[in-house]
Amino acid sequence: MSSADAAHVRLVSIGKRYSGTKALDDVSVEVAGGTVHALVGANGAGKSTLGKIVGGVIRPDEGQLFIDDRPVRYASPREARIDGIATIAQELSPMPHMSVIENVFFGIEPRRSGLVQWRRMRTQYEELLSQWGFELDGNAKVGALRTADQQKVEILRAVASDARVIVMDEPTSSLTSVETNALHRMIRVLRERGKTIVYVSHFLDEVLELADTVTVLRSGRLVRTAPVTEETEESLVAGMFGAAAAAEHFDKQQDSAAAVVLDVSGLERKGVLRDISLQIRAGEIVGLAGLVGSGRSELARAIAGADPIDGGTIAVDGTERRIRTPADAMAAGMAFLPESRKDDGLFMEMSLAANTTFADLRTVASRFGVLRLALERGKTHSLLTSLSVEPPVPSAKVTNLSGGNQQKVLFARWLFRNPRVLILDEPTRGVDVAARAAIHRLINKLAAQGTAVLLISSEIEEVLGLAHRVLVMRRGSITREFAADPPMDAVMEAAFGLGGSTTA
Amino acid sequence: MSAQPSDPVAGEPTATGDTVSADAFAGPRVRSQRRIRAEHVRDYGIVAFFIALFIYFSVASSVFLTSQNLLNLVFQNATTGIAAIAVTFTIIAGNFDLSLGSIFVLSEVLAAYAAVHIGVWWAFPVAIVAGAVMGIINGLLVTKLRVNAFLATLATALSFGGIAVGVTNGGLLITPSSSVFTFLGQHRFAGVQYPVIIFVVVAIILQLVLAYTVFGRHLYGVGDNRNAARLSGLKVDRIVILTFVITGAACGLSGLIDASTTGSGSSDMSGLGGQLALLAIAGVALGGSSIFGGVGSVWRTVVGVLILGMITNGFDLLAVPDYWQNIVRGVLIILAVSIGLVVERR
Repeated sequence: MSSADAAHVRLVSIGKRYSGTKALDDVSVEVAGGTVHALVGANGAGKSTLGKIVGGVIRPDEGQLFIDDRPVRYASPREARIDGIATIAQELSPMPHMSVIENVFFGIEPRRSGLVQWRRMRTQYEELLSQWGFELDGNAKVGALRTADQQKVEILRAVASDARVIVMDEPTSSLTSVETNALHRMIRVLRERGKTIVYVSHFLDEVLELADTVTVLRSGRLVRTAPVTEETEESLVAGMFGAAAAAEHFDKQQDSAAAVVLDVSGLERKGVLRDISLQIRAGEIVGLAGLVGSGRSELARAIAGADPIDGGTIAVDGTERRIRTPADAMAAGMAFLPESRKDDGLFMEMSLAANTTFADLRTVASRFGVLRLALERGKTHSLLTSLSVEPPVPSAKVTNLSGGNQQKVLFARWLFRNPRVLILDEPTRGVDVAARAAIHRLINKLAAQGTAVLLISSEIEEVLGLAHRVLVMRRGSITREFAADPPMDAVMEAAFGLGGSTTA
Repeated sequence: MSAQPSDPVAGEPTATGDTVSADAFAGPRVRSQRRIRAEHVRDYGIVAFFIALFIYFSVASSVFLTSQNLLNLVFQNATTGIAAIAVTFTIIAGNFDLSLGSIFVLSEVLAAYAAVHIGVWWAFPVAIVAGAVMGIINGLLVTKLRVNAFLATLATALSFGGIAVGVTNGGLLITPSSSVFTFLGQHRFAGVQYPVIIFVVVAIILQLVLAYTVFGRHLYGVGDNRNAARLSGLKVDRIVILTFVITGAACGLSGLIDASTTGSGSSDMSGLGGQLALLAIAGVALGGSSIFGGVGSVWRTVVGVLILGMITNGFDLLAVPDYWQNIVRGVLIILAVSIGLVVERR
């Protein structure tokens, strides 16, 4: 598998600290030349950090990186790139207004006396494509390409500069399965030609299918490095979490006589939502399934006052409410966890305390709007502790937490208000398995305490595992309703608009 | 940029003394809790610089460290300082205001006009209300018409400045030499000039508002993540408009002080009016508040403005040629901002 000039990467006793916690502690890994080496672990396990150290994106506090037994210390990704190590980051960083060719050859343009030789660059680009068996229009503007094609640009950029090691950080997290397969084919080609690939991912099936060797990390420590043939999904999960983390399925005891808390009737939003009616009782979790673009998130936003509506009524506890802003919805007792915690949820530069109390500052302020900081710290600390946020330090900054803990902080903000209705849009997106299980238990507990929950998720298992009732949306309407624990394929068929009679 | 303990919003060092981002200076296996870390340089370097500069001028000039000179230093920077403190609010909430100087000039002119034509006492409410109204206009343009704050306030700056010239016919409005009008700029209380007292009081009040009130917290939230602030039930537009009003009123107050000091109202933009916006924003940036919003504080702005003022004052005392002042100020701003960015990148 490995070819003669393939670069071999060795990490020895690598340590890295952030805000007093060890992101990596004494981790040693050997990446054989010409192989695909996967790094797996839960969020916060340190797999991305390790990948970034190889790529020169961050510098280790301790330990040494060797390339072909030569000790190296990169001050920047650029230095690493010059040394033949390219990084393809989770968030791609191409120059969106430039063409594919310009991106691929950026910084290494063929020149003569300072002028770029456009024709030669074009020829080189065509050669590159045929050499690697890729297809991509070189004149297209990179900003207009799909993520998968932007990744292709990055890969081409790496091979054009003769990179010998390519670090890929969660490359498939925003790809469709078809695109994922295409990417994997490319990676196999790269491997065949002697490139060394460091592949950071939390998709275990991909890792097992693609990688030669896998390194499992847990809480910044090395668990083991082993050939993929010796691993299974179960063994990797066990390695990542220390114990078996079973997919939890909750009992659905629901009092059908409980009072209706949320009553939505005839909700309309032009071109987006059509005649939506739904009811949620106290203690009930209603799951909303549907394809991307079916109007799931739009419905959540409309009910929560985040987007305007053109018609219909919303009542909470039997009282009709006029909801035009998020503030109206909150006053009616609703809480809304938006889909993107970074864009719509968290204040990244602010403390956990400030994030937690933000939607209800009056409860930690005197009558004249003066904050009672000690009270705020105390209340936040106990809430964060009860949600097992790590660290539960009110003064820590949100930006330093892992994805799962950030999501818990967002929960904390809304639980702080004791909502009657909780609207959750993708509550476990980008969250590791352990945090995900914790959030599921939390949702179940909140419902058991009488909260009405509307749960939206693109992960059908999540909906089925938690919901007392499942509504399926398609093209802006609710097309199907299922009682608890419906067969998954029936729900999927409804989402795709196949089979069954519609109830809406 | 980030975090300073006096901003309860931003992350403080945790109980163990560890700080929040990558530890850039500490080498392997060095984890002393007392070490000076990169974040400390970023967050408090400007304070250290302020102290160093102060000591330098105290040693280099025999006049610098006299109460009279220091009072004059603050006095000369009081009008800029008041405007800069207020615009800190606008900037923390994620906006920008380039019209400070024009609000200042038009408020000054209107105050003088009121003093001349209506009655001396009228100058006070007229200046501040006029400033506030101009702030409302800025705020409405930015929120309701969704004009980019940079452009909106650039445009209103031109218009307000033009109106000021119209009111004065391009000349000077000499105010009555009544002590009712001039006490603000020309008299002292217990040996301290009134503008100095006003500057200090405004700074303390606004710092407390920012750090310890619901409104202050909301400003940080709007500047940090506007969508999240809205989804948390805030009336974001109202808060943004309010920051412009506060800034406008503060510039009105500055204009009033200037009118009172000079005993006149001038629409001449070649004076402080022409420089105010840039000086004030330079002070905010030099102090270490983020120009992109969400991070900053009033005390930082005070430090920034005083450093800029100290350079003028100290250089004058040391007879350094004038042009050096602005060169040094420019270099300082670049240094201050880039040190923050370099640390951030590690």
